[in-house]
Amino acid sequence: MSLDKKFQTEQSKWMQGKGPMNDVVISSRARLARNLADYSFPSREDAKQLHQVREKVKQVLEDLQYKLDFLQMEDLSELEKRALVERHLISINHASQGPEKGLAIDKDQMISIMVNEEDHLRIQVLYPGMQLQDALRLAEEVDDALEKKLEYAFQEKWGYLSCCPTNLGTGLRVSVMVHLPGLALAGNLKQTLQLVTRLGLAVRGLYGEGSESAGNIFQLSNQTSLGLKEEEIIDNISGVIGQVVERERKARQYLLREREVEIKDRVWRAYGTLAYAQKITSEEAVSLLSDLKLGIDLEIIKEIDPAILSQLMVLIRPATLQRINNRELDEIERDIKRAELIKKKLDGGVQNVR
Amino acid sequence: MLCQECEKNKATVHLTKIVNNQKTEVYLCQDCAQKKGEFSFADDPLSLHNFLTGFLGGEYPQQKTPEGGLVGVSDCPNCGLSYSEFREKGRLGCAVCFDNFEEQVTPLIKRIHGREEHRGKVPARTGGLIRKKREIEKKRQEMEKAVRQENFEEAARIRDEIKKLEKELEG
Repeated sequence: MSLDKKFQTEQSKWMQGKGPMNDVVISSRARLARNLADYSFPSREDAKQLHQVREKVKQVLEDLQYKLDFLQMEDLSELEKRALVERHLISINHASQGPEKGLAIDKDQMISIMVNEEDHLRIQVLYPGMQLQDALRLAEEVDDALEKKLEYAFQEKWGYLSCCPTNLGTGLRVSVMVHLPGLALAGNLKQTLQLVTRLGLAVRGLYGEGSESAGNIFQLSNQTSLGLKEEEIIDNISGVIGQVVERERKARQYLLREREVEIKDRVWRAYGTLAYAQKITSEEAVSLLSDLKLGIDLEIIKEIDPAILSQLMVLIRPATLQRINNRELDEIERDIKRAELIKKKLDGGVQNVR
Repeated sequence: MLCQECEKNKATVHLTKIVNNQKTEVYLCQDCAQKKGEFSFADDPLSLHNFLTGFLGGEYPQQKTPEGGLVGVSDCPNCGLSYSEFREKGRLGCAVCFDNFEEQVTPLIKRIHGREEHRGKVPARTGGLIRKKREIEKKRQEMEKAVRQENFEEAARIRDEIKKLEKELEG
């Protein structure tokens, strides 16, 4: 089975921009790393064994209530795989070569389960807005259902065993994607992120490790997974996110109060460029979309759906853009098609920006 | 102590293997250890690319094999991962690796997480025993609290519950 049409047009649930604190928090993700007891981790197992792992997992998943589609990674084109990365449904590692990799996703693209990534199983749940608790609950539910049929590698002392020692214990990595234009403009971003790091969270740019902070979008996640209960990990990160959201909102109010014309000018210029540009790079687009979203959140612009950032930050990415257009595009063509797509979204006003 | 292999030379190599919690210890002289092919004694300086070096065995310098493995650390008997491969990639190969490299991995894990005891979820099917142990631990704390509050009747009741649980655990 290959990726069907729906991946071109239909959006992942998290891209709909809803959920608590959606003025600042774009999405919440919970991810559990699990390995099967009877096999070595994927990097130390041959294709035949990994095939068994994939078949086993596939069979168990078919019996679950979640109606997951199961894809074999080797059946997907490079473009399709990259589009999945752009949607945050799989890791970059999972899109690269490797035997017997699999992916199970539900129709809302909230649950995605990577098979034979670095670990046998990576159970991931992605929700819009600040919904870590719910994301964890669903991930645990899927995990429980799987564990009824599969024996996990588990030790009393070190919990769920994982290939990388950084995932030991709960195997839980939660990450929250936040949009912080207010702090960036007010000049408090660096200080805030340093504080976040000091409180034990990892800070990364939009597209994961080593990526830069396009559009003032950051992913904050827990560093440690061992020695704390799952709920404690969630509580810790939620506490920090709460503070970050608070500071971001204050910064925005400050900007509106003290630097009103400058901010309004910035927002409307962003709108102008996005609505009328004939070609645009993803970097420029993401940066302007960040300004536009700030304007929407501050009610400087009222006619545009706040979900525009969550949606377009994915749809304008190279692989997704090429899939929307049903063909490969070179860089210049992409810049043109990207501008067209954004223009279309903005022209339609509220109705079209679904 | 004399080498257990040739019984002539002084044993200078102490080899400990832990496989599935079964500990075996061998004492060998350098010649016999080399002959057995487990390791050699070339003086191999630590690789600079290796960012894990600081975490792994840096505090007590040990002799290195040509592949950069530590003398006395054998490959994982299940997946064959060598210590040098682990150091290079920072990844373990299978569940047995955790036993095999326990001594080397423990400080690393502590360094990463600041803790070395899992307190989170326990799988329902495989974790029955662990659940029971945790329950006992919890009840112990309750009992101590009751004693502190001089609520001795309550403490005695909890003590009986603990005894019952411990019996279940043994059985």
